[in-house]
Amino acid sequence: MIIVLSKDTLVIQKEQDVVPFRNRIKEYAVKIGMGLVNQTKLITAASELVRNMLRYGGGGTTIIEVVSKGRENGIRLTFQDKGPGIKDIQQAMKDGFSTGKSLGLGLPGARRLVNEFDIKSVVGKGTTVIVTKWKNG
Amino acid sequence: MDRIPILRMGNFLLVTIQVDLYDRLALNLESDLVQMVSKTGARGVLIDISALSIVDSFMGRIIGNIGSMSKIMDAETVVVGMQPAVAITLIELGLELKGVSTALNVEKGMELLRSKIGSFEDFEEEEHDDHRPE
Repeated sequence: MIIVLSKDTLVIQKEQDVVPFRNRIKEYAVKIGMGLVNQTKLITAASELVRNMLRYGGGGTTIIEVVSKGRENGIRLTFQDKGPGIKDIQQAMKDGFSTGKSLGLGLPGARRLVNEFDIKSVVGKGTTVIVTKWKNG
Repeated sequence: MDRIPILRMGNFLLVTIQVDLYDRLALNLESDLVQMVSKTGARGVLIDISALSIVDSFMGRIIGNIGSMSKIMDAETVVVGMQPAVAITLIELGLELKGVSTALNVEKGMELLRSKIGSFEDFEEEEHDDHRPE
Protein backbone atom coordinates (compact mmCIF):
# COMPACT_ATOMS: atom_id res chain seq x y z
CA MET A 1 0.00 0.00 0.00
CA ILE A 2 1.31 3.39 -1.01
CA ILE A 3 0.84 6.37 1.29
CA VAL A 4 1.28 9.91 0.02
CA LEU A 5 3.29 12.01 2.47
CA SER A 6 3.35 15.28 0.57
CA LYS A 7 2.11 16.64 -2.71
CA ASP A 8 3.21 19.55 -4.86
CA THR A 9 1.71 20.64 -8.16
CA LEU A 10 3.56 22.63 -10.82
CA VAL A 11 2.25 23.88 -14.15
CA ILE A 12 4.75 23.62 -17.01
CA GLN A 13 4.06 25.87 -19.96
CA LYS A 14 7.45 26.86 -21.32
CA GLU A 15 11.02 25.57 -21.47
CA GLN A 16 12.15 27.94 -18.73
CA ASP A 17 9.78 26.20 -16.28
CA VAL A 18 11.78 22.99 -16.62
CA VAL A 19 14.86 23.98 -14.59
CA PRO A 20 12.86 25.09 -11.48
CA PHE A 21 10.83 21.88 -11.81
CA ARG A 22 14.01 19.78 -11.80
CA ASN A 23 15.29 21.71 -8.80
CA ARG A 24 12.07 21.08 -6.91
CA ILE A 25 12.39 17.33 -7.50
CA LYS A 26 15.97 17.52 -6.28
CA GLU A 27 14.85 19.24 -3.06
CA TYR A 28 12.37 16.46 -2.29
CA ALA A 29 14.82 13.71 -3.24
CA VAL A 30 17.44 15.20 -0.90
CA LYS A 31 14.84 15.53 1.85
CA ILE A 32 14.08 11.80 1.83
CA GLY A 33 17.80 10.96 1.68
CA MET A 34 17.94 9.59 -1.85
CA GLY A 35 21.50 8.94 -3.04
CA LEU A 36 23.13 11.06 -5.74
CA VAL A 37 22.97 8.41 -8.49
CA ASN A 38 19.27 7.73 -7.95
CA GLN A 39 18.59 11.47 -7.75
CA THR A 40 20.36 11.97 -11.07
CA LYS A 41 18.44 9.11 -12.68
CA LEU A 42 15.10 10.43 -11.43
CA ILE A 43 15.78 14.01 -12.53
CA THR A 44 17.04 12.88 -15.93
CA ALA A 45 13.90 10.76 -16.45
CA ALA A 46 11.78 13.74 -15.37
CA SER A 47 13.63 15.96 -17.81
CA GLU A 48 12.82 13.59 -20.69
CA LEU A 49 9.17 13.30 -19.72
CA VAL A 50 8.63 17.00 -19.18
CA ARG A 51 10.21 17.73 -22.56
CA ASN A 52 7.78 15.30 -24.22
CA MET A 53 4.93 17.00 -22.42
CA LEU A 54 6.05 20.40 -23.71
CA ARG A 55 6.86 19.33 -27.23
CA TYR A 56 4.00 17.00 -28.01
CA GLY A 57 1.38 17.94 -25.44
CA GLY A 58 1.86 21.72 -25.46
CA GLY A 59 2.67 21.80 -21.75
CA GLY A 60 0.68 20.47 -18.83
CA THR A 61 0.63 19.81 -15.13
CA THR A 62 3.19 17.95 -13.06
CA ILE A 63 2.73 16.54 -9.58
CA ILE A 64 5.64 15.75 -7.26
CA GLU A 65 4.74 13.44 -4.38
CA VAL A 66 6.71 11.92 -1.57
CA VAL A 67 5.31 8.42 -1.17
CA SER A 68 5.89 5.61 1.26
CA LYS A 69 5.43 1.86 0.86
CA GLY A 70 6.23 -0.11 3.96
CA ARG A 71 9.65 1.06 5.05
CA GLU A 72 10.63 2.40 1.66
CA ASN A 73 10.23 6.05 0.75
CA GLY A 74 10.25 7.38 -2.76
CA ILE A 75 9.28 10.12 -5.16
CA ARG A 76 6.32 9.78 -7.48
CA LEU A 77 5.99 12.12 -10.44
CA THR A 78 2.91 12.65 -12.58
CA PHE A 79 2.99 14.32 -16.00
CA GLN A 80 -0.39 15.22 -17.36
CA ASP A 81 -1.07 16.92 -20.68
CA LYS A 82 -4.13 17.59 -22.79
CA GLY A 83 -2.31 17.12 -26.07
CA PRO A 84 -3.16 14.93 -29.08
CA GLY A 85 -2.30 11.71 -27.24
CA ILE A 86 -0.21 8.78 -28.46
CA LYS A 87 -1.72 6.44 -31.05
CA ASP A 88 0.57 3.49 -30.53
CA ILE A 89 2.12 3.41 -27.07
CA GLN A 90 4.09 0.22 -27.74
CA GLN A 91 5.79 1.88 -30.68
CA ALA A 92 6.43 5.05 -28.66
CA MET A 93 8.12 2.97 -25.96
CA LYS A 94 10.62 1.48 -28.43
CA ASP A 95 14.20 2.70 -28.49
CA GLY A 96 14.91 4.93 -31.45
CA PHE A 97 11.31 5.65 -32.39
CA SER A 98 10.43 9.32 -32.71
CA THR A 99 7.80 11.31 -34.55
CA GLY A 100 9.90 14.40 -33.90
CA LYS A 101 13.52 14.83 -34.86
CA SER A 102 14.95 13.53 -31.58
CA LEU A 103 16.91 10.37 -30.82
CA GLY A 104 13.80 8.53 -29.65
CA LEU A 105 15.29 7.77 -26.24
CA GLY A 106 12.92 9.86 -24.13
CA LEU A 107 10.18 7.40 -23.15
CA PRO A 108 12.13 4.11 -23.20
CA GLY A 109 15.13 5.79 -21.54
CA ALA A 110 12.98 7.30 -18.81
CA ARG A 111 11.43 3.90 -18.13
CA ARG A 112 14.87 2.38 -17.60
CA LEU A 113 15.82 5.11 -15.12
CA VAL A 114 12.88 4.70 -12.72
CA ASN A 115 11.41 1.77 -10.75
CA GLU A 116 7.79 2.08 -11.74
CA PHE A 117 6.49 3.47 -14.99
CA ASP A 118 2.91 3.86 -16.10
CA ILE A 119 1.66 5.54 -19.24
CA LYS A 120 -1.93 6.13 -20.31
CA SER A 121 -2.95 7.97 -23.40
CA VAL A 122 -6.22 8.70 -25.13
CA VAL A 123 -6.04 10.05 -28.67
CA GLY A 124 -7.52 13.53 -28.76
CA LYS A 125 -7.65 13.77 -24.96
CA GLY A 126 -4.09 13.70 -23.71
CA THR A 127 -1.38 11.66 -22.06
CA THR A 128 -0.56 10.89 -18.42
CA VAL A 129 2.74 9.38 -17.33
CA ILE A 130 3.34 8.36 -13.71
CA VAL A 131 6.78 7.27 -12.53
CA THR A 132 8.12 6.29 -9.13
CA LYS A 133 11.70 6.10 -7.95
CA TRP A 134 12.32 4.47 -4.57
CA LYS A 135 15.00 5.89 -2.34
CA ASN A 136 17.03 2.69 -2.57
CA GLY A 137 15.54 1.50 -5.84
CA MET B 1 18.35 36.20 -24.23
CA ASP B 2 20.61 34.10 -22.00
CA ARG B 3 23.86 32.85 -23.47
CA ILE B 4 26.73 30.64 -22.38
CA PRO B 5 30.02 32.54 -22.74
CA ILE B 6 32.69 31.16 -25.05
CA LEU B 7 36.29 32.08 -24.24
CA ARG B 8 39.09 32.09 -26.76
CA MET B 9 42.54 30.96 -25.70
CA GLY B 10 45.03 30.79 -28.56
CA ASN B 11 43.88 28.05 -30.90
CA PHE B 12 41.23 26.85 -28.50
CA LEU B 13 37.72 27.80 -27.52
CA LEU B 14 36.74 27.15 -23.93
CA VAL B 15 33.19 26.72 -22.69
CA THR B 16 32.32 26.21 -19.05
CA ILE B 17 28.69 25.40 -18.54
CA GLN B 18 27.84 26.72 -15.07
CA VAL B 19 24.07 26.56 -15.10
CA ASP B 20 21.59 23.82 -15.81
CA LEU B 21 20.53 24.29 -19.38
CA TYR B 22 17.09 24.44 -20.83
CA ASP B 23 16.78 23.40 -24.46
CA ARG B 24 16.93 26.80 -26.14
CA LEU B 25 20.10 27.70 -24.25
CA ALA B 26 21.76 24.48 -25.41
CA LEU B 27 20.72 25.12 -29.01
CA ASN B 28 22.13 28.65 -28.83
CA LEU B 29 25.40 27.29 -27.51
CA GLU B 30 25.57 24.86 -30.42
CA SER B 31 25.15 27.55 -33.08
CA ASP B 32 27.33 30.11 -31.25
CA LEU B 33 30.16 27.61 -30.98
CA VAL B 34 30.13 26.62 -34.63
CA GLN B 35 30.11 30.26 -35.64
CA MET B 36 32.98 31.03 -33.27
CA VAL B 37 35.00 28.15 -34.75
CA SER B 38 34.46 29.60 -38.20
CA LYS B 39 35.19 33.18 -37.14
CA THR B 40 38.33 32.50 -35.11
CA GLY B 41 39.70 29.50 -37.01
CA ALA B 42 40.00 27.67 -33.69
CA ARG B 43 41.42 24.16 -33.92
CA GLY B 44 40.06 22.85 -30.64
CA VAL B 45 36.94 23.17 -28.50
CA LEU B 46 36.93 22.26 -24.81
CA ILE B 47 33.60 21.94 -23.04
CA ASP B 48 33.58 21.68 -19.25
CA ILE B 49 30.38 20.06 -17.97
CA SER B 50 31.51 19.49 -14.38
CA ALA B 51 28.77 21.78 -13.06
CA LEU B 52 26.01 19.99 -14.95
CA SER B 53 23.97 17.84 -12.58
CA ILE B 54 22.14 16.06 -15.39
CA VAL B 55 22.67 15.36 -19.09
CA ASP B 56 19.52 14.07 -20.76
CA SER B 57 19.04 12.80 -24.31
CA PHE B 58 18.59 16.31 -25.68
CA MET B 59 21.74 17.68 -24.08
CA GLY B 60 23.59 14.54 -25.11
CA ARG B 61 22.53 15.06 -28.69
CA ILE B 62 23.69 18.69 -28.57
CA ILE B 63 27.09 17.60 -27.27
CA GLY B 64 27.35 15.05 -30.08
CA ASN B 65 26.27 17.66 -32.63
CA ILE B 66 28.88 20.15 -31.46
CA GLY B 67 31.54 17.45 -31.86
CA SER B 68 30.44 16.51 -35.39
CA MET B 69 29.93 20.09 -36.54
CA SER B 70 33.32 21.21 -35.22
CA LYS B 71 34.93 18.22 -36.88
CA ILE B 72 33.57 19.33 -40.25
CA MET B 73 34.95 22.79 -39.49
CA ASP B 74 38.37 21.23 -38.83
CA ALA B 75 38.28 21.57 -35.04
CA GLU B 76 38.48 18.84 -32.39
CA THR B 77 36.10 18.75 -29.43
CA VAL B 78 36.82 17.36 -25.98
CA VAL B 79 34.20 17.17 -23.22
CA VAL B 80 35.62 17.23 -19.70
CA GLY B 81 34.51 16.87 -16.10
CA MET B 82 31.47 14.62 -16.38
CA GLN B 83 30.19 13.64 -12.95
CA PRO B 84 30.10 9.89 -12.20
CA ALA B 85 26.34 9.92 -11.53
CA VAL B 86 25.80 11.59 -14.89
CA ALA B 87 27.89 8.95 -16.68
CA ILE B 88 25.92 6.12 -15.00
CA THR B 89 22.63 7.74 -15.96
CA LEU B 90 23.67 8.41 -19.57
CA ILE B 91 24.50 4.77 -20.22
CA GLU B 92 21.31 3.52 -18.60
CA LEU B 93 19.37 6.03 -20.65
CA GLY B 94 20.94 4.48 -23.74
CA LEU B 95 23.19 7.33 -24.78
CA GLU B 96 26.79 6.33 -25.32
CA LEU B 97 28.09 9.64 -26.70
CA LYS B 98 29.91 7.80 -29.45
CA GLY B 99 32.29 9.97 -31.39
CA VAL B 100 32.76 12.45 -28.56
CA SER B 101 36.22 12.65 -27.00
CA THR B 102 36.21 13.00 -23.25
CA ALA B 103 38.76 13.64 -20.53
CA LEU B 104 38.54 13.56 -16.75
CA ASN B 105 39.37 17.21 -16.13
CA VAL B 106 40.31 20.44 -17.89
CA GLU B 107 44.04 19.80 -17.63
CA LYS B 108 43.83 16.35 -19.22
CA GLY B 109 41.38 17.71 -21.76
CA MET B 110 43.83 20.39 -22.87
CA GLU B 111 46.56 17.77 -23.17
CA LEU B 112 44.31 15.60 -25.31
CA LEU B 113 43.37 18.54 -27.53
CA ARG B 114 46.99 19.49 -28.04
CA SER B 115 47.97 15.96 -28.96
CA LYS B 116 45.00 15.73 -31.33
CA ILE B 117 45.89 18.80 -33.31
CA GLY B 118 49.65 18.36 -32.91
CA SER B 119 50.26 21.86 -31.63
CA PHE B 120 53.13 20.56 -29.50
CA GLU B 121 55.38 21.19 -32.48
CA ASP B 122 54.49 24.87 -32.44
CA PHE B 123 55.37 25.13 -28.77
CA GLU B 124 58.70 23.42 -29.28
CA GLU B 125 59.57 25.74 -32.12
CA GLU B 126 58.84 28.73 -29.95
CA GLU B 127 61.09 27.37 -27.27
CA HIS B 128 63.91 26.89 -29.72
CA ASP B 129 63.50 30.48 -30.82
CA ASP B 130 63.89 31.69 -27.27
CA HIS B 131 67.10 29.80 -26.71
CA ARG B 132 68.73 30.69 -29.98
CA PRO B 133 72.15 32.23 -29.33
CA GLU B 134 72.41 35.92 -30.18
